[in-house]
Amino acid sequence: MTTEISGVIATYGITLLLAWPLSRYIVKVFRGERTWSDFMAPLERLFFKISGINPKEEMDWKQHMKALLTINLVWFVYAFFALMFQDKLPLNPDGNPGQSADLAFNTAISFVVNCNLQHYSGETGVTYFTQLFVLAFLQFVSAATGIAALIVVFKAMKEKTTTRLGNFWDIFLKTITRILLPLSIVIALIFIFNGMPASFAGKDTVVTMQGDTINVSRGPVAGFVAIKHLGTNGGGFFGANSAHPLENPNYVTWMTEMVAQVVIPIAMVFALGMFIQRKKFAYVIFGIMTIGMIGLLIPSMQAEIAGNPAIAHMGIQQATGAMEGKEVRFGAAATGYWSTVTTIISTGSVCGWHDSTMPMTGLMQLLGMMLNCLYGGCGVGILNYYIYIIIAVFISGLMVGRTPEFMGHKLEAREVKIAAIITLLSPFLILAGTALSSWVLTHHPDANWAVKPTAWLNNPGYHGFSEMLYEYTSANANNGSGFEGLGDGNVFWNVSTGFVLILGRFLPIIGPVAIAGLMASKKYIPESAGTLKTDSLTFGVMTFAVIVILTALSYFPALALGPIAEYFSL
Amino acid sequence: MKKYLWPSVKLTLLLVVLLGGIYPLFLAGVAKMAPGKGDGVKVMRNGKVVGYENIAQKFSDDKYFQPRPSTVDYNAAGSGGSNKAAANPDYLKTVQERIDTFMVHNPDIKKENIPAELVTASASGLDPHLTPEAAYAQIPRVAKHRGIAADRLKQLVDANTKGPVLGMLGVATVNVLKLNIALDELK
Repeated sequence: MTTEISGVIATYGITLLLAWPLSRYIVKVFRGERTWSDFMAPLERLFFKISGINPKEEMDWKQHMKALLTINLVWFVYAFFALMFQDKLPLNPDGNPGQSADLAFNTAISFVVNCNLQHYSGETGVTYFTQLFVLAFLQFVSAATGIAALIVVFKAMKEKTTTRLGNFWDIFLKTITRILLPLSIVIALIFIFNGMPASFAGKDTVVTMQGDTINVSRGPVAGFVAIKHLGTNGGGFFGANSAHPLENPNYVTWMTEMVAQVVIPIAMVFALGMFIQRKKFAYVIFGIMTIGMIGLLIPSMQAEIAGNPAIAHMGIQQATGAMEGKEVRFGAAATGYWSTVTTIISTGSVCGWHDSTMPMTGLMQLLGMMLNCLYGGCGVGILNYYIYIIIAVFISGLMVGRTPEFMGHKLEAREVKIAAIITLLSPFLILAGTALSSWVLTHHPDANWAVKPTAWLNNPGYHGFSEMLYEYTSANANNGSGFEGLGDGNVFWNVSTGFVLILGRFLPIIGPVAIAGLMASKKYIPESAGTLKTDSLTFGVMTFAVIVILTALSYFPALALGPIAEYFSL
Repeated sequence: MKKYLWPSVKLTLLLVVLLGGIYPLFLAGVAKMAPGKGDGVKVMRNGKVVGYENIAQKFSDDKYFQPRPSTVDYNAAGSGGSNKAAANPDYLKTVQERIDTFMVHNPDIKKENIPAELVTASASGLDPHLTPEAAYAQIPRVAKHRGIAADRLKQLVDANTKGPVLGMLGVATVNVLKLNIALDELK
């Protein structure tokens, strides 16, 4: 067990060591300074020329959002039709069928919004064409969308008074050519030399040692898994996601996937400090996020290492911890660590099934997604945290009786209203969704869908309720993990989570960008002795308190019905 | 919005080619130099492919070491776990049955020492590994069915154990397929 824990600590340590230089590099790229990756510039110019884009044209926050939403709409339409008609497209060696309209709707949205909910199984539900040209493509561009929105907020926070916030296309494309693509190649090469498949060969047929004939699904896995983690997407190439031994063959690939998914979210926090030249502000944020992560991590790892109490009652010692739905090569401690990280940063990939984790761990997973700002997904994590900062500044302002100010600009009614709407949106989507599905389950148990409501839940009692709560929490947080026992492959779940996905993605992007854009256009007020110091530890604790109280008020009743009740009944 | 539509469409097409086409093709090319040539690492025996190194296969016979329970019956056409919750009564019944079966086939092992991983289903259904302890627990059975001394089998398990990374990170594992091939080659 000690080597399992040292493995986890080393993995986190490596992440920090890499995040630091990466953050310096990211800042250089977006300040337009010279970097080693300038050899990409001709390719970028070519792309802009063909697309008819002038990358030097400055945009205000509204133009940024219009460009962002337009290209996201294009991706959705493209993905929807490609998935529906994938059986007629090339690169389908296993002869998989096209997706139904509702499944294609859900899958297309899910990948456009960086969630990767996956109501299909990778081996049978998609083809190599859609895996690569649709899903892997979306994994790149959706991550770049989140980062591009965050860079706009960075620029707005940095300037005294401006409406010129850079060019969306320029930031977006550079995120791909300078950050995501080069890093993905490096990561994929590590995977390939650890035995992960990368070719276009279809299913293989093998006669085993004892004479059984089995099939082995394969495909271009390595490149997919690299961007799946680097872009905090999380959608698996295979149904078993990163628990599949061809998608995560050994402990070295485990560490690589683990580092890959956290490194950009952490680097973006450091980059924030450097970009707006307030390093202390970023360190305080990093500290609060890390404390929050550790608070979720320790109970999770503890519960998984201790094992399942119900199996202990049968007289089994469980020296290796709770092993249901886990893989031996990772072990219980490492799987506990992964489950925390993947839920706080919105990746949603798994190396062991969350449905089979202990109730305490399930509670921590749900909380991680409800907070959704401890490091958080590519770009969007800090945007979510930004909303909490605005609320904390506003409440602090009320407490001292001054008009609240943030980064040298007055925070007024309009901004606070936007922040309040965004804050209320998450509990509304999660709880309304769960209430709706519970209502359907109890009032229309025999509705004639592909999976009847009576067959939705894979587990009885409190845990069954948690399966539904988890699904909407994951959709709203654009996380993509699931209590996968849920029978979600039917029109009800595809459509209802589809709408939660859209709202849970774009409003929390537009909100912070709008607030930052509105604030940046106001008159600059120099700091004085009476200004609230937002880079102080006190303000950090204040933000933390706001986050904890809002989350507890919003979700405690639902959590009490699910994992908390399950914990006390086990 | 209209102003941004054509640039969006054109940029999307270019990026689809770069990220969906060139990127994986490049990787598939490099993979030709890697173990398994990018097709997955196969295991050969007497010049014949008998499986994939990282895909568990079924060994029903008591004279072989057995891998963890699988919910996909060890067929890697698909993958997945049970997704059963810790307190689910049906699930606990399944675990109890696995314990009983194990005790029938391995009477020399005390109940409390049955490795948890041998009575719980893996996440992928294709978990190719056991911990050394779970392999040790099967030694008395294999020894009896093969007439090989337990000491020799322990040596064999140890020889097929891969320690944690750098000796200190992660878990020690035994690849069941490779262990069984080595077992058949024991004279």
